Amino acid sequence: MVSDVKIDVRNLSVWFGSNHVLKNIKIGFRPNAVTAVMGPSGCGKTTLIRAINRLNELIIGSRTTGEIYIDKEDIYSKETSVFELRRRVGMVFQKPNPFPISIYDNVAFGPRIHGVSDDKELQGIVERSLKEAALWDEVHDRLQDSALDLSGGQQQRLIIARALSVDPEIILMDEPCSALDPMATSKIEALMRKLAEKYTVIIVTHNMQQAARVSDYTVFMYVGEVVEYGITKNVFENPQNELTEKYITGEFG
Amino acid sequence: MGSPRSSRNGFLRQIEGSVIYILCLFAVVASLVSLVVLLFDVIQDGIPWLDLQFVTSFPSRFPEQAGILAALWGSIWVVGITALFSFPVGVGAAIYLEEYAPQNWLTSFIRLNISNLAGVPSIVYGILGLGLFVQALALGRSILAGALVMTLLILPVIIIASEEAVRSVPRAYREGAYALGATKWQVTRGVVMPQAFPGMLTGTILALSRAIGEAAPMIAIAALVFVRFVPTGPLDRFTVMPIQIYNWVNLPQAEFRGLAAAGILVLLIVLLGMNSIAIFIRNRYQKRAR
Repeated sequence: MVSDVKIDVRNLSVWFGSNHVLKNIKIGFRPNAVTAVMGPSGCGKTTLIRAINRLNELIIGSRTTGEIYIDKEDIYSKETSVFELRRRVGMVFQKPNPFPISIYDNVAFGPRIHGVSDDKELQGIVERSLKEAALWDEVHDRLQDSALDLSGGQQQRLIIARALSVDPEIILMDEPCSALDPMATSKIEALMRKLAEKYTVIIVTHNMQQAARVSDYTVFMYVGEVVEYGITKNVFENPQNELTEKYITGEFG
Repeated sequence: MGSPRSSRNGFLRQIEGSVIYILCLFAVVASLVSLVVLLFDVIQDGIPWLDLQFVTSFPSRFPEQAGILAALWGSIWVVGITALFSFPVGVGAAIYLEEYAPQNWLTSFIRLNISNLAGVPSIVYGILGLGLFVQALALGRSILAGALVMTLLILPVIIIASEEAVRSVPRAYREGAYALGATKWQVTRGVVMPQAFPGMLTGTILALSRAIGEAAPMIAIAALVFVRFVPTGPLDRFTVMPIQIYNWVNLPQAEFRGLAAAGILVLLIVLLGMNSIAIFIRNRYQKRAR
């Protein structure tokens, strides 16, 4: 397990105020794979992935201890630029959150804040990102329309394009399909598989079928701890922990 | 607490609903009626005097020759310079308080006091302005001094409105920008400010509308009453419309009351114009955002 790890989480604890949300997490995420993080509400799934792009820091009263290494670099060390880290670690949110500006400007936002100002270059990035997010064919003739005119599924793919625009290595997805219909969900799921060829993808999901369908590895969390972690097929067919089995068979959750 | 099935309770609650409805309706009608009566009275008195001659003439001893030109320009100068100062300072303070200031007791204390300042009577600002701008800073009884007093007067209102506008920007937008690696300033500049801008602008224009109707602080810094020139720069002496109106009301001849009414009409037209601009800007930006 140790040899082939993109994100190495070591003894990670996160508190919000006095609430100990993540308790001494140790886990290694594999490169070029989809890892699903499952578990009942409030178990810390979202907090875990938001620790990887240090988004938890935005919440007043949060505290993080332990280390996370991406390619052997400690992202919580003082030398690490949080802005550069977040460029390398893209994020897709539970509810699509395009900015209330044009489709083009949404995708160009990331490159612009990282210093790309040449129009030709921006156009190239926007086109490449939208194509990679399987949205180009639907929007190429209306890039100047407001992003809010897109359907929910299209918006979520726009968010994926926005994340891809700054050339990330890792893509975090926080229940990306929970606000979408089945059609839109299947498109995003197909996209996740494709993205895994190039990126390290981690998704938080409540939906066990989804985890079984799209992920290579599955993490099962319970009240702030990792209970089980392994190849998805094994976790679902032959869970080692009683809690995992109960959750998968629907006895609680 | 009775059960919903109790018919007597249901009947009582219906009565209660009707009573509240009638009371609210009465409140609306009472305020509207008094406003309409007032407006009607002003229009009746003012219309005969409101003509081109009125808005292009200086005050005069002779009612037929008197006009509001100097006061109109004085008001425009004061409000214009007030806008120049108050918008950037107010918006800057709001952004600092919402985005940058640590959320601790000191910030809460500052916020509380800004709310308190919004309730301080305008004459107090006038007296402060007399001591600070007119005398200590030696600006004299100039437009600049008047505009600075007005700026102090409306700053709390602008800050509160702008803070509200900043606060109403959804967290999801900020997080989306942060997740792309934006710095705090890039998030503020790129996401928060465009979203909050219409609210900030509306708040500012409404505050300026308040400033243009204020007489007390201008009297305190002793703006002139009888001005027979149009100000040409921020250090000129000046008068404003409310002072001119107040002056006419105090004169014994009945004709000057007509002039006062006409002055009120001009003031109202300027006010309505400013408010329409606020509404126009807000609608335009909201449409673009949808």
